[in-house]
Amino acid sequence: MIQKVYDWLDERLDLSPIWRDIADHEVPEHVNPAHHFSAFVYCFGGLTFFTVVIQILSGMFLAMFYAPDIVNAFNSVKYLQTEVSFGYIVRGMHHWGASVVIVMLFLHTLRVFFTGAYKAPREMNWVVGVLLFAVILGLGFTGYLLPWDNKAYFATKVGLQIAEVVPVLGPYVKHFLAGGDIVGAETITRFFAIHVFFLPAILLLLLGVHFILIRRQGIAGPL
Amino acid sequence: MNEKPKQPQTSETFGETAKTKDEISRRQFLTYTLMGTGGFMASMLIIPPLRATLDSVLQKKQEEPMVAVADVSEITDEPKRFTFTLTIDDAWVKNQKTTFTAWVFKSENGDIMALSPICTHLGCTVDWNSNPKYPEEFFCPCHGGRYSKDGVNIPGTPPSSPLAVYAYEVKDGKLYLGKLISRS
Ligand code: HEM
Ligand code: FES
Repeated sequence: MIQKVYDWLDERLDLSPIWRDIADHEVPEHVNPAHHFSAFVYCFGGLTFFTVVIQILSGMFLAMFYAPDIVNAFNSVKYLQTEVSFGYIVRGMHHWGASVVIVMLFLHTLRVFFTGAYKAPREMNWVVGVLLFAVILGLGFTGYLLPWDNKAYFATKVGLQIAEVVPVLGPYVKHFLAGGDIVGAETITRFFAIHVFFLPAILLLLLGVHFILIRRQGIAGPL
Repeated sequence: MNEKPKQPQTSETFGETAKTKDEISRRQFLTYTLMGTGGFMASMLIIPPLRATLDSVLQKKQEEPMVAVADVSEITDEPKRFTFTLTIDDAWVKNQKTTFTAWVFKSENGDIMALSPICTHLGCTVDWNSNPKYPEEFFCPCHGGRYSKDGVNIPGTPPSSPLAVYAYEVKDGKLYLGKLISRS
């Protein structure tokens, strides 16, 4: 059945070259855990992407239950957590996933560093990777405020105070991020918009560049 | 990938091809295993969010209590608007005071009728005697829906069923209203 639908579309749209280009390529021996078990370290990039997909999916569903507002935010999260069946799982996916993304990203970075995969001609992808790291940390920081509980509130105060000590620009950066003098109504709407619109858009763009560069340059050779 | 070998293989070598109809080839086995695992992982990802999203559909409605709305002595044979307030839990907005309206009158046989003001066409709010062209009728401004005094829709206007009535009860000279009963 699926084969028939595929054949029908393939006949008209010539799909095979497209997905072949994306998916059908050699996995070199030195990155294949079936050959050398230690090659599992090459999986961390893919695992990072997988957890990012989980974050995006669970985040889209969280957004259906979440009200970005100082009066309702906490109650809406509590409602999902305690009254909607399976709600605590949806929130749990996003909550734990947020940490897993950062762990995976870090392990991926370590692999790239210790295999020297950042060297010429792949310097640009290292730069893109560092930007991705910044975006993910930004997602973690802005998302953390959203439940609007004590932990969220004080973590954001601390984060903003850290930003404030940057020479010259610090106070402006803090004021800009908070959207005012206090961590309050305008902070939560601002963080929400950054968390669900701005950063995910930048994230997807950077991921696109990251993957195109990998396809262009291939996986770095063995040690 | 290598082409499948043409000649049948012995069991000592890897069996690329199925020997009989019931056996599956190595390639098929791997395909099924990978698709099964992938499908399992994908469903773990998607089932909880879908179940949570469907929760509002699957949840039972709260029972509506009977509330005192008016003194029976206030009720005449002319429809009068009475409002009453229920405290409603709307998801995370708890204890929300919400006002409802009923058009109440005594019908010809002396029974009390309490009509819902919600137009059965597409849900706007009807008003009694509000359109000078249609006196002694309920009129809906949205698309010109009309109902006679007992709430029955007038043929040729958009609504296709009568206004719903509230379940009611008279106790100690007071009118109590309960849940809405739709009529067809
Ligand atoms: C790599 C990407 C992401 C990371 C690291 C991340 C991180 C976080 C964190 C740490 C929280 C606080 C959760 C808690 O403490 O329970 C959060 C909340 C939230 N996130 Fe994300 N997020 C990501 C992507 C997204 C996306 C793409 C969306 C929507 C399209 C989204 C929507 C939300 C919403 C609505 C909340 C508030 C609900 C809650 O706190 O449970 N997130 N996020
Ligand atoms: S909603 Fe009342 S006539 Fe259409």
